[in-house]
Amino acid sequence: MLLRRSFWVLILALLSCSMLTLPVQAQSLPDEQHQMTDDFAAVLHKLPKAKFSEKSSLIEQIADQKHAKSEAVLEAMLEARLFYRKSDKIIVFADKVDAGYHIVDVLSDEDYGEIGKRKVKKVSVNNSLRRELKSLIARFQLESEDIEKRTQAIQNIIKSPDPVFAASVARAIDVEQDSAVRQQLLTAQAAVRLVSDDTDKESKIAAIVLLGEVTDKNAIALLAPLVEQKEDGTYVETDEDIRVAAQVSLKKLHEREGMYSIVENLFFGVSLGSVLLLAAVGLAITFGVMGVINMAHGEMIMLGAYTTYVVQLVMPNHIGASLIVAIPAAFLVSGTMGVIIERTVIRHLYGRPLETLLATFGLSLVLQQLVRTIFSPLNRSVITPEWMSGSWHVNGMLSLTYNRLYIIIFSLLVLGGLVLLMRRTFFGLQMRAVTQNRPMASSMGIRTGWVDALTFGLGSGIAGIAGVALSQLTNVGPNLGQAYIIDSFLVVVFGGVGNLFGTFFAAMSLGIANKFFEPLVGAVLAKILILVFIILFIQRRPRGLFAIKGRFVED
Amino acid sequence: MKNGLINTLLKDDKASQRFILILMAVSILVPILNLLVPESWPIHVSTYTVTLLGKYLCFALLALAVDLIWGYCGILSLGHGAFFALGGYAMGMYLMRQIGDRGVYGNPELPDFMVFLNWQELPWYWYGFDNFGFAMLMVLLVPGLLAFVFGWFAFRSRVTGVYLSIITQAMTYALMLAFFRNEMGFGGNNGLTDFKDILGFDLQSDYTRCTLFFLTALSLALAYLACIGIVKSKLGRVLVAIRDAESRTRFMGYRVEHYKLFVFVFSAVLAGIAGAFYVPQVGIINPGEFTPINSIEIIIWVAIGGRGTLYGAVIGAILVNYGKTWFTGAFPELWLFMLGGLFVVATIYLPQGIKGLFDKWQSRQNTATPTAGA
Repeated sequence: MLLRRSFWVLILALLSCSMLTLPVQAQSLPDEQHQMTDDFAAVLHKLPKAKFSEKSSLIEQIADQKHAKSEAVLEAMLEARLFYRKSDKIIVFADKVDAGYHIVDVLSDEDYGEIGKRKVKKVSVNNSLRRELKSLIARFQLESEDIEKRTQAIQNIIKSPDPVFAASVARAIDVEQDSAVRQQLLTAQAAVRLVSDDTDKESKIAAIVLLGEVTDKNAIALLAPLVEQKEDGTYVETDEDIRVAAQVSLKKLHEREGMYSIVENLFFGVSLGSVLLLAAVGLAITFGVMGVINMAHGEMIMLGAYTTYVVQLVMPNHIGASLIVAIPAAFLVSGTMGVIIERTVIRHLYGRPLETLLATFGLSLVLQQLVRTIFSPLNRSVITPEWMSGSWHVNGMLSLTYNRLYIIIFSLLVLGGLVLLMRRTFFGLQMRAVTQNRPMASSMGIRTGWVDALTFGLGSGIAGIAGVALSQLTNVGPNLGQAYIIDSFLVVVFGGVGNLFGTFFAAMSLGIANKFFEPLVGAVLAKILILVFIILFIQRRPRGLFAIKGRFVED
Repeated sequence: MKNGLINTLLKDDKASQRFILILMAVSILVPILNLLVPESWPIHVSTYTVTLLGKYLCFALLALAVDLIWGYCGILSLGHGAFFALGGYAMGMYLMRQIGDRGVYGNPELPDFMVFLNWQELPWYWYGFDNFGFAMLMVLLVPGLLAFVFGWFAFRSRVTGVYLSIITQAMTYALMLAFFRNEMGFGGNNGLTDFKDILGFDLQSDYTRCTLFFLTALSLALAYLACIGIVKSKLGRVLVAIRDAESRTRFMGYRVEHYKLFVFVFSAVLAGIAGAFYVPQVGIINPGEFTPINSIEIIIWVAIGGRGTLYGAVIGAILVNYGKTWFTGAFPELWLFMLGGLFVVATIYLPQGIKGLFDKWQSRQNTATPTAGA
């Protein structure tokens, strides 16, 4: 639900950005708005000649009118890009280009093109005006109709509080209806009070206590200076009560931050686990079910990633949909390749797993070189669609990126679909029959050769799907598959060969363990530790975590 | 006495006799053609070629090591590249220490990369490597010990077949990641290079290179004899039994894991020696040697040459590497297609490798001759 909301907010924000540049359709405006625009124009017109003292009241009028352009004008003024043309005193937005300025009319949005440096003049501001502008812009945003805009403005204030915001925040607290936003406003007020010099001790301590209760990383940054020590050991903050209050609040905040960082690590771990799961689940079929050591599995992933690239080339105007199209396409490409490999090579090698290892390794070299020849040895760039980028801000201490979220969901869907296919369909039944007892299945009329080919195709196709997902996370190049093949094998072996649940469990636990080691010992060492752990683990349980029990001495 | 031993080893083994003869002839002829024949003569062998041949012989020794365990004991190790690289690193560390203050930074104690990383003193595990004897001991001990510990756990837990292959691959992968780290103190990404001399002899001089070549060939011949010795002894027969029916061998009362462990360690030591000869000849050792692909390539040399024949492995290593040198020079894009194709063709159509092809051709000749005579 929240996910979807944030998505729409993103779209809205983009739309509102583009709205600013759309021409205002003057003829369709009702009279009232006409009137407003005229007033606005009148105020604007006064700007070039006004003294600083007069400008102060002018910008207040601009803000009070709440014209569609008010905020843009104030911001432009603050950023020193509000100019007027000397010839006719028309107020324009100006952006510096090589020889002069590119100017756009403030009111009509008419583009006047580029103009020489000397033909325009800046609407000048001084420091006190700048403060007023900041405060007015903040007020504007804090009282905006759009709740997301309000929240964004509050976040900005909390991030860099300034005493000039005090009045605007206080005003906003009075009118704010939404209780959650009001709570944030109170935090912002506390932040502003903390940095302002003329706050008395009691309200400062109250602000500190309040900041200790919020879930926001910025609160830590705000409070940290209060407990800092100088080089000689004395504290920067001289008042002990304030210092103690800050220490108490900081402790609370750090505890909360620690908790959320565990949640975040867990999330990273699960998302890494999902990547491993996606990469390994196809192998769980070819290796686990068929007993074929498919060293070309990584290349099937790579083919899937390249399919995504090609799909995006074919439909450059529908990047958002390209991933959806790429999923079946990648399944088909890699799956077909899998069937071809099975029919031409693997078929001759059943029952000789070590030989399949060598032959498929040879195939992986050929496929890599093929891709290198066709697409060049350089990495290809796969575009991330808009709906996959950005992140979901759960609260001030935790935000989860969408691409990782989607990959977690996607990998679970793939696993679920695969389990259903194996357990609930006729093909799954045939597949299990052939792997359990080939001659018996064959004498019951199952065409084992075709089941083999399709099973191998299925495993390869799923690797292709994994490639679509991985194209969003890593570079798409000829060596993409190499990076995942060893991990995939370890996941399958660790989880127990021939057991999809084991594969899932192994992928997740390895992913999470990796992410928890990483901050302690660094990424590479974490990986090495995991490898060593798996090597040791296989010594203990050579058939993996969830071994299929059976009465066999050896294969 | 020694001759007697060699004679008993090679008795009735025409192929091995021929192999040793050719090897000894090459090891003497090539240095002569390089050092004594003037450069203008067409039969002169350039120093570049001597080094290249020396490199092939190192790979041949490595292939021999792999054939001993894979061909005769059925252990498909995908980690022999790691033992090779470890031997190489031990040698490289000695050569690094020999540079002394002739490095770029002129530090008499620390190798360049340590100065670059702002290290103040030599890490403890570099102690002793300025001594040639100690370094050579490490060439044998480090791969041997790793193989011993690894094999001890793996074979005792009866990790066999594919599983063993996968964990040996994980081992070399982990070592690769480790050696890529600068903090490990083995030169990180760049590895060890810029060597100057060995035992006081300039590494760039033709005489040193020819000596190294001769010694490589000699050690290959000795290793070959040792492997033949193992294979023809009772131990060798047990190894083959383990390869063909491990459980049955165990049930007959043989301690399978002890046999496997011995041959695994022996093979790892051979690989380490190969690495030690490799490094001074090519002049560099870096973590790239640990990549899993390298280890798999060794397997293909053996498979191409003919698994379980020892000399087949040597022929395979030399042929494939010659092919690699030629192809990467003439058609760089085609090499991987060739190598990949070789893997597929060799596993499906040539289970006995070139040696098998040759045998088939020979037996056809033999059967053809009598019929022609009759």
